[in-house]
Amino acid sequence: MSGNNNADGPQDSQTVVPGENLGQSNEFEAGHGIMIRNDNLVATKNGKIKINGKTVSIEPIHSTYIPRPSDLVIGYVEGCTNNIWFIDIGAPFNAILPMSLGPSKASFGSTRQVIDIGEAILCRVQEVEETHSSVVTMKGMGLRKIRSGSIDDVDPHLIIQLLENNQEHLKNMKEDSDCRIITADNGRIWIDGEVEGIITVRNSLNSLSNNSRLLEQGGVA
Amino acid sequence: MGGYGDIEMIDENGLRMDGRTATDVRPITIETGVVPVADGSCRMTWGTNDVIVAVYGPMEAHPRKIQRQDRAVLDVRYNMAPFSTTDRIRPGFNRRSREISKVTSDALESVVLLEMYPRSKIRVEIEVICAEAGTRCVGLTAASVALAHAGIPMSDLVVSVASGKINDIVVCDLNKEEDNYGEADLPMGILPNSGEIVFLQMDGDLSQEEFQTAWDYNVAAAYEVHKIMIEALKNGGVN
Repeated sequence: MSGNNNADGPQDSQTVVPGENLGQSNEFEAGHGIMIRNDNLVATKNGKIKINGKTVSIEPIHSTYIPRPSDLVIGYVEGCTNNIWFIDIGAPFNAILPMSLGPSKASFGSTRQVIDIGEAILCRVQEVEETHSSVVTMKGMGLRKIRSGSIDDVDPHLIIQLLENNQEHLKNMKEDSDCRIITADNGRIWIDGEVEGIITVRNSLNSLSNNSRLLEQGGVA
Repeated sequence: MGGYGDIEMIDENGLRMDGRTATDVRPITIETGVVPVADGSCRMTWGTNDVIVAVYGPMEAHPRKIQRQDRAVLDVRYNMAPFSTTDRIRPGFNRRSREISKVTSDALESVVLLEMYPRSKIRVEIEVICAEAGTRCVGLTAASVALAHAGIPMSDLVVSVASGKINDIVVCDLNKEEDNYGEADLPMGILPNSGEIVFLQMDGDLSQEEFQTAWDYNVAAAYEVHKIMIEALKNGGVN
C-alpha cells in the first residue's frame, strides 16, 4: 500500500528500514535481515543492503551478538558450579563452559581456583542450540584465560569493518601502537601491550565507533 | 470526552482552534539514538507531546516463568512522568498505563519477529515527558522506531494516528481541547506497507459514515507519518 517500493530491485549500500519493499525476489535469495512476502523481498532490519552474488542481506546499523558455532569470543565468567562455568559472551543468554572443555588443570570442585568469577577468557563457540543456548570451549590453539591488557567493546558489526580490505585497519592499529590486538566476533577486542599503546588503540576504536555513528546520522551528529 | 459544550472548536471556514484544517496533523519530529546506553532509542515530538522510548534486548527473560520456548516476549511499559501534565500524576503504574502498555505490546507483537529469539525478552520503555493528547499513538509510533533502531527484526513499522469528532465534524489528530471537549476519539495502529490494522480503539460514539471518514483520515495521515519515520531511521537526525 505504501509508496516505498523499489522497482529497480535492491541496490548495494542502500539504507533500508523494516517493511521496505526491495522488489521482486525472482533473481535473488533472501539473506540476513530479509524476508520474502508475496514474492517480494522485504527488509526486516534498519541497515545497509549487501549483495553477494545472488544473496541479498542487510548489515544492520545496530546489532546484538547472536552466537554461531566456531565464533571466537571473549567472555567474562559470571558464575560457576563444581564443574561448569557460566560465561557472559554479550549474547541474550550466557554460554556454558563445561569442565571437560575448560583448561586441562581444572578438576571437580576447583572451578573458581582455575578461572574465578569476573575473569575474562578467550574461547570459541562449540555448539548453539535452537533456543540460542550455547556451549563454549577453551580447547584449541590460542584459547586461554586473559591475564593482561585491556578489553574494549564495539558493536559486533564494526568488527567486520576492522577486518575488511585484508585487515588493513587492524594492521595499521597494530603498527601504530606496537600492541597485540585480538578481535572477537562478539564485538570485544583484547589489546595487550604498553599502556601508551593501549590508549592509542582505544582512541582509534573510539573514532571508528564515532565515524560509524556519523555515517549513521547522515553527518549531523 | 466532555460531550457537547459551548466551545466552538471549528469555525465556519473549517479551521480548528490551532489553525489546522480537518485533515492536518500536528508537527512531528523524530530523533533516534537519544539514550546512548540503550540498544535502541527514539525521541518523538508530536505537537506538544514529547515521548522518549528506550529498547533493551533481546536478553534472557526473568523470571523464568515468563519465558516462551518458541519466541521472545515483549515487555512494554508505558509511563507518564509526574510533570507531564498540569495536574501532577502520581508516580507508578495505574490502570490507564497498564491498559496502554498491554495494547501497545499487542500491536507491536504483530510486527516484531519474536520467533527469532526464543526464551528471550525485549524490553520497551515508553516515557511520556509532556502530554497533550494522543500519547498512546505517539508512544506506539515511537516504540516502533526505537525497535527498528535497536536492530530488532520487524516485518513492518507501526504508525498510530487518532481521529475524532468535534462539534459533529470528524477531524484528524485531536489536540488537548478537542480530546477533552470533543465527542469521540478513534486511535488506530496501521502497518503502512500492508495496510493491516493492528490496533483500534474507540471512545465515544460515531455513526457508520463518521467512522469511515475517521478511518480514511487515519490511514491518509499514517502514510505522512511513515515518511517522517523512514527519514528519521535513515538519517537519524531531527526531522
